[in-house]
Amino acid sequence: MELTTVWFALIAVLWVGYFCLEGFDFGVGMLLPVLARDDTERRVMINTVGPVWDGNEVWVLVAGGATFAAFPEWYATLFSGFYLPLLLILVALIVRGLSFEYRHKREESEWKGRWDLALIIGSIVPSLLWGVAFANIVAGVPIDADKEFTGNLFTLLNPFGLLGGLVTLTLFATHGAMFVALKTDGEIRHRARDLAVRIGVVAAVLAVVFLVWTQLKTGTAVTAVVFAAAAASLVAGLVSARAGREGWAFVGTFVTIALAVIGLFLGLFPDVMPSTTDPAYSLTTTNAAATAYTLKVMTWVAVIFTPIVLGYQAWTYWVFRKRISVRHIPTPVLAGTSDTAS
Amino acid sequence: MDVLDIARWQFGIITVYHFLFVPLTIGLTAVIAGLETAWVRTGKEDYLRLTKFFAKLFLINFAIGVVTGIVQEFQFGMNWSDYSRFVGDVFGAPLAVEGLLAFFLESTFLGLWIFGWDKLPRGLHAGCMWLVHLGTLASSWFILAANSWMQHPVGYTYNAESGRAELTDFWAVMFNKVQVVTFPHVIFAAYMTAGTFLLGVSAYLYMKKKHEADRPMYHHAIRIGAVITLLAGIGVAITGDLQGKVMTEVQPMKMAAAEGLYETSESCAPFSVFTVGTPDGKEEKFAVTVPCLLSFLGTGSFDGTVEGINPLSEEYVETYGQDPTSKAFTEGDYTPVIPVTYWSFRFMMGLGAFAAAGAALILWLTRKGRTPGVRWLGVLGLSLPIATTLASSWGWIFTEMGRQPWVVFGLMTTESGVSPGVSVFEAATSLIVLTLLYAVLAVIEVKLLITYVKKGADPFEEPPRVKVGGSDEDKPLTFAY
Repeated sequence: MELTTVWFALIAVLWVGYFCLEGFDFGVGMLLPVLARDDTERRVMINTVGPVWDGNEVWVLVAGGATFAAFPEWYATLFSGFYLPLLLILVALIVRGLSFEYRHKREESEWKGRWDLALIIGSIVPSLLWGVAFANIVAGVPIDADKEFTGNLFTLLNPFGLLGGLVTLTLFATHGAMFVALKTDGEIRHRARDLAVRIGVVAAVLAVVFLVWTQLKTGTAVTAVVFAAAAASLVAGLVSARAGREGWAFVGTFVTIALAVIGLFLGLFPDVMPSTTDPAYSLTTTNAAATAYTLKVMTWVAVIFTPIVLGYQAWTYWVFRKRISVRHIPTPVLAGTSDTAS
Repeated sequence: MDVLDIARWQFGIITVYHFLFVPLTIGLTAVIAGLETAWVRTGKEDYLRLTKFFAKLFLINFAIGVVTGIVQEFQFGMNWSDYSRFVGDVFGAPLAVEGLLAFFLESTFLGLWIFGWDKLPRGLHAGCMWLVHLGTLASSWFILAANSWMQHPVGYTYNAESGRAELTDFWAVMFNKVQVVTFPHVIFAAYMTAGTFLLGVSAYLYMKKKHEADRPMYHHAIRIGAVITLLAGIGVAITGDLQGKVMTEVQPMKMAAAEGLYETSESCAPFSVFTVGTPDGKEEKFAVTVPCLLSFLGTGSFDGTVEGINPLSEEYVETYGQDPTSKAFTEGDYTPVIPVTYWSFRFMMGLGAFAAAGAALILWLTRKGRTPGVRWLGVLGLSLPIATTLASSWGWIFTEMGRQPWVVFGLMTTESGVSPGVSVFEAATSLIVLTLLYAVLAVIEVKLLITYVKKGADPFEEPPRVKVGGSDEDKPLTFAY
């Protein structure tokens, strides 16, 4: 296999990792006001992702870095083209990242309320915008002969793009609810399971419409199978959730997201950013790629270190495998530092 | 302002801001890991109390460092897409490797450390912080390799057909001669920053009546911090000197600009401690100079030749004149902004020297268990980490501004790296939004830091002894958000 194809696949894997992992911590963030009844329950939710959210987010940094290294033209066109959505995503990631670390630093309810808002909005915005961005990448955007994006923000806000955004938004919400159901105990666990099924049905309808539409736009026989499997996996996940099988339910949404992303990348290949201006201007795995030497160096690094990273990330999840419930939340937040114990 | 100006201001603001948090992060991970290891080994309660106290301050700082770091990676593509296209084949690889090797390590093991007090055995818990530190070192290595390549491009070839720089030797990029002196310089500066932080915060608390009972602990911490500061300071000075020589060799213009030396000095070039002159630095009204010092800084010999700005600029027009579209060429001017390079170089060295002197003074005042009663100890102490942090900022401003008009020295000018497709509206929105957001975050961060510094270290609390994964007992978490 060509190294350019290998790197196309590896970048797909990085996005799969990102959406499957950060997808649920986005979901946990956005469902904060819906699932939790009081501050302690909010803290239960936040602590389910506390030790892992940052590691999850690194997947997007590596995806960005790998795109820069393996397909510099793709990185340059995409990031300078999707400028304002990316700026919004950056702002969202900044405020939500700080929310995790700063929310518990003071006890005043206004302080916590503001950081809750940062977490909620900071989770909704990227969940929506990543979907918009990917739908547009797959559908193609105006790109000229110089590989420059010639549209603007409104070019991206087309029906297909917006539907893509709603799919990722609802899918991540479902995924997050499944995660809360899997990682908590007590009332919130049952509430999360019920909510996962309800949002999941909406997500399933939107996802099926979007995947069929995508299939009609760029699909092949292989993507049809992958998309069908993604839809089946979501249904299986929802059925498992209803049956109280939280582990399988979470696996269901996890696999759904993974297959959907794989399907999108399969539909894209061998383009990386199709041009709607003229197919001749499309960025492909060949004309956007780095040199064979760079790809070879990067392949060695990836082959050696990816298994190590996967190993210790998996180990983290194992270390923090226990369910958390309201009785596990220590009060006051930080022993000896909190002046107003709640 | 056009997109170029906006993009440059954004890069400057965003990067200097990000780097306010970076040295402290790198250095404190080592300090915290060291303190915790000392506790695991000796069982002395104070070490654990200091570990937890400084970790709390560290996390407040680290959080902003992390989130502002994301912008760093994105803005190459957003504002500097032509730069990205031109250098991606060389410059992208260290960035990608940094993510894979360093960011995963830092974030995963920091998560384990923060939440792992009741989930990991003590030695392993301390080991997690050492791994975080290793992650910060790896991160520094790769990002500095990328930057060093911009200072002194090696291991590449220019491909006229694809119109870009292409990697030919990865190891040459990894062990660029600029890199091998810059990396230790930056890391020693980070240790110095952490040393002054440990010293300063401890000195402040040492002086507070409220924390009188903990005076012996803070006294000890002051001395550890002072020793770290001085040892690291020696490292900074030595590596800085080496860097000066390499810089004179690969970018003579930067050394000339550091002094504002317009004409070549054949031997014994003086170094001015400060100068009062015209704003463009071309005319000097009053100056305090040290004879022959510039020759020594640049060449290692007191009568070495230091080339001047004017002959170098002429030489650059000859050498790099292939690109007639570049403003630097048409204006015949390859000179950086002299007042900026001149003063940033002095601020860097002056602030660093001040911090080292302050640490030495405090070390002497606290010798042999002495308990100084001087009231300004806390204020002096707290000024030291501010000095070291700003010294790093000025160091970077010097390094980056001194390379101008180049973004990649000798290969690409900054003006030709900017994104051609980005509108002034987009770039300005980004600059305004990020600057305002960062300003708000700075206020929040500093307030939190002050609140938590004032509280001082918590009383000793024995962490549970557990096996990996925690005990089977159903107890509240030792730490929770």
